[in-house]
Amino acid sequence: MNNIQEIVGMIFIILGIAFDFFGVLGLIRLPDVYNRLQAATKCVTFGTAGILFGVFILKGFSVFGFKALLGVAFVFLTSPVAAHAISRAAHRSKIALTPETVIDQYQDDHELKED
Amino acid sequence: MKILRWLGGLVIIAIFLYYNFFIFEGPLLLKLINISLFCTLFVLIRVIFGPSPADRIVAVDILGILIIGMVALLGLYYDQNFFMDIALIWALLSFIAALTFAKILEGRQIDE
Repeated sequence: MNNIQEIVGMIFIILGIAFDFFGVLGLIRLPDVYNRLQAATKCVTFGTAGILFGVFILKGFSVFGFKALLGVAFVFLTSPVAAHAISRAAHRSKIALTPETVIDQYQDDHELKED
Repeated sequence: MKILRWLGGLVIIAIFLYYNFFIFEGPLLLKLINISLFCTLFVLIRVIFGPSPADRIVAVDILGILIIGMVALLGLYYDQNFFMDIALIWALLSFIAALTFAKILEGRQIDE
């Protein structure tokens, strides 16, 4: 029982670290604010939630474990809200999109509303 | 020029992974914490050289979320309870900071 618990917890933690690493690679590599936000926020949120859930499995039903579970809830609640606010503010302050952009429906909606 | 940047990044990542998994001797948890610190270094590059202010705000938000996981792993390594308190407080403060930065970037004031 104890051995299985440790193995499953370490698997969750290693998966979370891998998600973090690839999300940060997207943050470095991609050409645009919106692309970077989209890659980094999803991957890093899921990776950190994976790490905290692995800590919960390793520690079991103790104070440490329940705090880790509370951390999963906090990360899942707060990170998408912050990402949405940042992307909305960036688009409204007219930060340029990458030249390869095909369609920008938010800008079209604004132009329709102003007319 | 672009190929040179690609190769430089790949060489840096390969050297780090080789050092971390084949030369550095320690428990597995310390190796994982090393990878998390390496990710933090990349995010700091984006904070320093980001072309626009929105890039820097995104990078600071991501940095906060990364540090939560890293502090949880440190607490697991040292077997202390108070590290998780630091992680929870860091999560809430990072959220409030990201919202405030977004509001200022949009051109509004904080108390609006």
